Amino acid sequence: MVAALDAGWADPARLYGAARRAQMLLERARAEVAELLGARPDEVSFTSSGTQAVHLGVLGSLRGRRRAGDRLVAGAVEHSSVLHAAEVHERDGGTVETVGVDLLGRVDAGAFAEAVSRPGTALACLQTANHEVGTVQPVEEVTAACRAAGVPLLVDAAQSAGRLPVPPGWSVLTASAHKWGGPAGVGVLAIRKGVRWRSPYPEDERERAPGFENVPAIVGAAAALRARAEEEAAEGPRLSALVDRIRAEVPRLVPDVEVVGDPDHRLPHIVTFSCLYVDGEALLTELDKAGFAISSGSSCTASTLRPSHVLEAMGVLTHGNVRVSLPRGVSEGDVDRFLAVLPDIVRRIRSTLGVH
Amino acid sequence: MWRRRTAGGHASGARPTAPAASPEPAETPAPAERPSLTIDALGRKCPIPIIMLAEQINNVPMRDVVAVLADDPAAYTDVPAWCRLKSHEHVGSYDLPQGGWAIHVRRNY
Repeated sequence: MVAALDAGWADPARLYGAARRAQMLLERARAEVAELLGARPDEVSFTSSGTQAVHLGVLGSLRGRRRAGDRLVAGAVEHSSVLHAAEVHERDGGTVETVGVDLLGRVDAGAFAEAVSRPGTALACLQTANHEVGTVQPVEEVTAACRAAGVPLLVDAAQSAGRLPVPPGWSVLTASAHKWGGPAGVGVLAIRKGVRWRSPYPEDERERAPGFENVPAIVGAAAALRARAEEEAAEGPRLSALVDRIRAEVPRLVPDVEVVGDPDHRLPHIVTFSCLYVDGEALLTELDKAGFAISSGSSCTASTLRPSHVLEAMGVLTHGNVRVSLPRGVSEGDVDRFLAVLPDIVRRIRSTLGVH
Repeated sequence: MWRRRTAGGHASGARPTAPAASPEPAETPAPAERPSLTIDALGRKCPIPIIMLAEQINNVPMRDVVAVLADDPAAYTDVPAWCRLKSHEHVGSYDLPQGGWAIHVRRNY
């Protein structure tokens, strides 16, 4: 990536020497990302984030399919970028149907199939795995249902790209480089040959995403995806075993805890649990002081003051929520230390709330 | 955030399939049974409404209903989830005219 900063600074759409070198680097990165995600190079575009890839993917596919209808079908626990794009579609007069999930956060594949089979469905969206609870979605079944109904499927692979194989059969695929260990500011939007798509943005001379690509970051993103895919065979099972340990130990060490998400069909590195009678913000602050940078879906920790739509749709506890994402290279000792500090932190917070 | 009109999903007792915390008609028109205790947790943020419920549910006779009045959107999901975890029964959630809900819980043990 440092080499790419020297060689790849120029605008790949120009004709001078440095621009042609940048163009070459960009095309090499595109071919590499395409291969790793199971796409053709000419199907892959780079955006300025995973969120932008989703916005362009959803709104552009809906525009491209305007004659087929105005119905959008999406899972209830999709990333907020999908749901916000759905909001725009609804505001513009389109209809949106979300498909519910079970207690584990898994989309009801039967209800999804039924929803896409209704006339006027322009697009369906499903994530490969959930970003908050790690549950893997039934993408294969939903792909088959979409194919049978003749409805294009946008698969949001942000959580799993580089970690799990991308399920084939997508019409539109989105991903985000920072999720696989690449730099921030690079998203991927892949559109299968033959799938109708029209940019929701004003006319631009470039490809699907507007503007001059960040070539050095894209080169870094491709290298990071290659590295992640290569190390995953060893690192995935190792992280997954650590997640199993957290899932088993937390309810043993802390009373009144609900571990959420699918225990088996899940991402290797995410584990989420909720502690009854605990204020999520206090929990985050205390864990941060102990050196753990974790996230939460509790309403008091969100800027919106609304609990996570994922936890709500699952019908699980939303308060006292902790989401642990294990970074690559995390050690067994780090997990030990987390398990050592957690029980006392929860006890202290509960006692300040008068719960013993 | 876009959260309404959810199709499919799980049906866990009286829990609505669309956990809409916005002022939409509640899934059950009116409570069938008068609560023997009402806990006013209006204006209180989660987890306080749940803590109040846990403290007071044993004050009513077995199989009686406690109503929790709450307007924190988290309570709408968390009270039924608490019932599931603690093996009490979530009878239903009913809209209050001033906003928020009366969430009815039956003491099971």
